[in-house]
Amino acid sequence: MSVARFWRKQQNRYNLIGTHCTTCGKYFYPPRAFCPDCRRDGKIVEHQFKGTGKVVTYSIIRSSSGNFKLLTPYVLAIIELDEGSRLTSHIICEIDKVYIGMPVKRVFRKLGEEGSSGAIHYGTKFVPA
Amino acid sequence: MVGIISYGAYIPRYRIKVEEIARVWGANGTEISRGLGVYEKALPDMDEDTITISVEAARAAMARRKVDPVEIGAVYVGSESHPYAVKPTAVTVGEAIGATPVMTAADYEFACKAGTAAIQTSMGLVKSGMVTYSVAIGADVAQGEPGDALEYTAAAGGAAMIIGNKDPIAEINHTCSFTTDTPDFWRRENKPYPRHGGRFTGEPAYFKHVVGASKLMLEKMGTKPSDYTYAVFHQPNGKFPVQAASMLGFSMDQIKPGLAVTYLGNTYSGASMVGLSAVLDNAKPGDRIFMTSYGSGSGSDSFDITVTDVINSDLFNRDAAPTVSALLADKKLVDYAVYAKHKGKVVMME
Repeated sequence: MSVARFWRKQQNRYNLIGTHCTTCGKYFYPPRAFCPDCRRDGKIVEHQFKGTGKVVTYSIIRSSSGNFKLLTPYVLAIIELDEGSRLTSHIICEIDKVYIGMPVKRVFRKLGEEGSSGAIHYGTKFVPA
Repeated sequence: MVGIISYGAYIPRYRIKVEEIARVWGANGTEISRGLGVYEKALPDMDEDTITISVEAARAAMARRKVDPVEIGAVYVGSESHPYAVKPTAVTVGEAIGATPVMTAADYEFACKAGTAAIQTSMGLVKSGMVTYSVAIGADVAQGEPGDALEYTAAAGGAAMIIGNKDPIAEINHTCSFTTDTPDFWRRENKPYPRHGGRFTGEPAYFKHVVGASKLMLEKMGTKPSDYTYAVFHQPNGKFPVQAASMLGFSMDQIKPGLAVTYLGNTYSGASMVGLSAVLDNAKPGDRIFMTSYGSGSGSDSFDITVTDVINSDLFNRDAAPTVSALLADKKLVDYAVYAKHKGKVVMME
């Protein structure tokens, strides 16, 4: 990932900054600039998610590559944030402890790096709450 | 008066026993553990480093008290293991707690006392009225060469203190320092592990500076050791702080609550501040805390602190973040092979 590409999404990744449509009440992460339901009637504002949610579904990754090779086995999950939006993230826990519906909270972790001399990328992962 | 507005600590979950490290090098683990007064040490997860530890500690401090991040005018992070040689850890912390862009930031390095140097700088900025709040962090993923004596204690962890003068939970009555050019421990540019002067790190380095700064403080404040409820000394192992306390006249009861090193190891720049966090976890209004850090090279910063009523008020919620003892209790033991992987000692093809 290029330095500029990561930097543009930095606030979203560090602080779970998404958006909220004040017309219909829906929350979006990653952020949307336009509400797909309200369309031109929608009013979009920035929203910082609380960082708590629950596991909708998950997969155990046992074989991976690149930055993720040394992390195996790990849990990759779809998480529904308390406000309603869903995202995909690592869950840092023993692989036999994860379950559908498990409450989780955000933590700040390293997401990857561009080799030993490139930029290091940080952002949000989740742990059992 | 300037003081601690809030505080937070962070310790990664993984631990390795000193005996397990000794097993790999054919040494007597029981004797080494007893000699050092350290039984386990914390190590980072694969995706943790000084930046993630600093952010977690700072967020724990923010969780305990409603501090408007916009009012944070400075972030300083002291560490020996900043992930970048050039690019500050402090800016990522600032961004992750919402304090950017109207703030100043810098990384500090003074071996194990860089965190307390950050507290002193923060005090200066707050006292002069240049900033409302300043965040001072001491954090490390400490380095120790495989097989070297340091490997038994070099650990991961850190603590953050928000410094300000609006209703502090603990007032900092005074700070003073004792500093000389003493080559007891160093790490050269581009070298992965530090080197040290063996037994030289004791008498002319640790004890001279810790005792020197502490005596200076007692003299300046006109106090004696029995005037303090707690005392925290830099803890590179479990023996040095006990010895320094006894040389100065502090009792075991005064230093035990802040002696986190036994099951944590030496978190370098985080060590004294994690010890102070452990004391604040249990402190009551009116308690007086004596703290002296030590950083090789060498110097010591001494602090005289009084806990205020605010610690038990609605302004502060101690339970909003985990205590040091809770962080120490939440652990997963690993063997040396997993430890080597987590510490990047296994060389992989790029």
